[in-house]
Amino acid sequence: MKKRKIGLALSALLASGTLLAACGNDNAGDSKKNNKDSFSVGMVTDTGGIDDRSFNQSTWEGLEQFGKDNGLSKGNGGYDYLQSSSESDYNTNLNSLIRRNFDLVFAVGYNLHDSVAEVAKQQKDAKIAIIDSVVEGQDNVASIMFKANEASYLAGVAAALQSKTGKIGFIGGMEGDIIGGFEAGFVAGAKEANPKVKVDVQYAGSFTDAAKGQAIAKRMYDSGADIVFHAAGGVGKGLFTEAKERKKKDPKADVWVIGVDRDQYDEGKVDDKTNVTLTSVLKRVDIAAQDISKQAKDGKFPGGKTITFGLKDNGVDLADSHGAITSDTQKKIDEYKEKIINGDIKVPEQPTKK
Amino acid sequence: MSKHMTNILVPLISILLGLIVGAIVMSLSGFSPIDGYIALWNGVFGDSYNLGETIRQITPYIFAGLAVAFAFRTGLFNIGVEGQLIVGWLAAAYVGYAFDLPKIIHIPLALLAAAVAGGLWAFVPGLLKAKLQVHEVIVTIMMNYIALHVVNASIATLSDGAEKTEKIHESASLRSPFLESITDYSRLHWGIIVAIIAVFVMWFLLEKTTRGFELKAVGFNQDASEYAGMNVGKNIILAMVISGIFAGLGGAMEALGTFGNISKLTGFTGIGFDGIAVALLGANQPFGVLLGAILFGSLKNGGLNMPNEAGIPMEIVSIVTALIIFFVASGYIIRVTLERLSKKKKEEK
Repeated sequence: MKKRKIGLALSALLASGTLLAACGNDNAGDSKKNNKDSFSVGMVTDTGGIDDRSFNQSTWEGLEQFGKDNGLSKGNGGYDYLQSSSESDYNTNLNSLIRRNFDLVFAVGYNLHDSVAEVAKQQKDAKIAIIDSVVEGQDNVASIMFKANEASYLAGVAAALQSKTGKIGFIGGMEGDIIGGFEAGFVAGAKEANPKVKVDVQYAGSFTDAAKGQAIAKRMYDSGADIVFHAAGGVGKGLFTEAKERKKKDPKADVWVIGVDRDQYDEGKVDDKTNVTLTSVLKRVDIAAQDISKQAKDGKFPGGKTITFGLKDNGVDLADSHGAITSDTQKKIDEYKEKIINGDIKVPEQPTKK
Repeated sequence: MSKHMTNILVPLISILLGLIVGAIVMSLSGFSPIDGYIALWNGVFGDSYNLGETIRQITPYIFAGLAVAFAFRTGLFNIGVEGQLIVGWLAAAYVGYAFDLPKIIHIPLALLAAAVAGGLWAFVPGLLKAKLQVHEVIVTIMMNYIALHVVNASIATLSDGAEKTEKIHESASLRSPFLESITDYSRLHWGIIVAIIAVFVMWFLLEKTTRGFELKAVGFNQDASEYAGMNVGKNIILAMVISGIFAGLGGAMEALGTFGNISKLTGFTGIGFDGIAVALLGANQPFGVLLGAILFGSLKNGGLNMPNEAGIPMEIVSIVTALIIFFVASGYIIRVTLERLSKKKKEEK
């Protein structure tokens, strides 16, 4: 008796499995139909996640805007994202979106370089755009780069001129070419505006460890730095926490944060009147994402090419300071900006080796 | 109820309970559990690509599970599988790109390097435990951090400051065009065969050799083993080293199979820690570990498809998969309930 029951249960399980699988196939069929009508675009985040208050989020905001402009909705045939929780997810996520027939897939961050190179080779019909990295020799991959060093240079100028203690800080995520650009620009700008200024450069060795960011921020503020710039993704959350706590305890304290990638003014809000965000180095990934999406939609996908966005193309910039930067400093910043756009100043791309 | 039937029923009921509670969580958060589970199913078995990726995901879990289970069987808690796996990964990746050898020598050499690296990393806590009675849990946890940062620094040195090492040569790769062709370009690689061999090796070692008997004896009772004339210290070190070898080989799977190189790690991979759960799920038996790894790998890879196909956020997916594992792990409760129920019935009769 009992044995028969188990047999029944097992066969029911098997049957339901087959049914489920069948349902799934139907879904896949639907998505293919949907995609023929309009242009669709997807993105794969790196391990920072979609709400990293940084470039993943920024790219997503760009895609949402693109979707709105073109009357698309989230999901198949419109725009969508997939989050990666570990490095091994990149390939799977890229493939998932490609198999759902998204016309263009963004890979956000240089960590996805190898995966993009591999998947692009296999899925020759797919179009992939990678941000912050160059994939060479693939006609179906567009590489998007930013001259973050140029905007960081302006941030350096702002920090050096606004600093009262003559000491400023830089927190980097992980050492490498991309974050190196931020560091080089920031240090060069600061030294140019005030040769005596001291820049404390530290790396967190992570893009996600907010606690580490807070620890580094605490050390920097304790040692007399009053303005700290971060190019460290989620690590920067710790910097904001530390700065806001200090400001809460002592409203007169001179602690400032320079945000990164997107306008992090909201992150620095202590209360309605106080904010610790001096400005933010904008990397307009959203503009770039929209731009590339538009080009691809018009059939002009820049495959195999590297597109660089700098101050000149509004691809990078400084955010509105909401009055935190004095007008004198602002004038200086505008002067330097002009010089960089004209080519009078060449901003170093990488920090000088120590 | 016979013992045999309970053995089949318990895991089935546990998985079912996990699925039900997971479904409640999904519906409470406003998502359709049916769509969610269809997506999960498709993510595991849906097509050849997903199946290939699932098997790829299972492979390192088998090694991590074996490493933890082997240590457990010999009375040791190896929490350092994560670190041993990372050093094994680096070692295999280095051998993979630094040498140019025929395939038949290159792959075994890279695997050997990973095994040696993992073994050495586990040798330290083993030695400290055997000679100075330092608790292996503390040492292995700390060795994880040392591994993470040493490996990151080594990657920078080996690659002249870049983010990752060069790709391994074709001759060291466990991947094959054949596997790619049958699984629609998934990253499935031959490592799964190596992993299954490792399962048999562990079984043979523990159950069929004198050395294995000694190792287990030391795990059961150190004093008794010493009284019986066994060298306890030597056995502890050996047990840790073998455990580390399994972990190191798990790293080699990532180097020679999944990634083909090693990138700077922003944090732990989590495979080593999941290995603890895999081992416990498998009751520290080699074949149990295989099943535990299959469950873990399937949920991990299938879970990826839930945001993709059903739009369920990754966070909810993590809760659901954790619930399923939770219920499987607490199978003991179900076993006891079942036994009580059948006893009652007998009494009534």
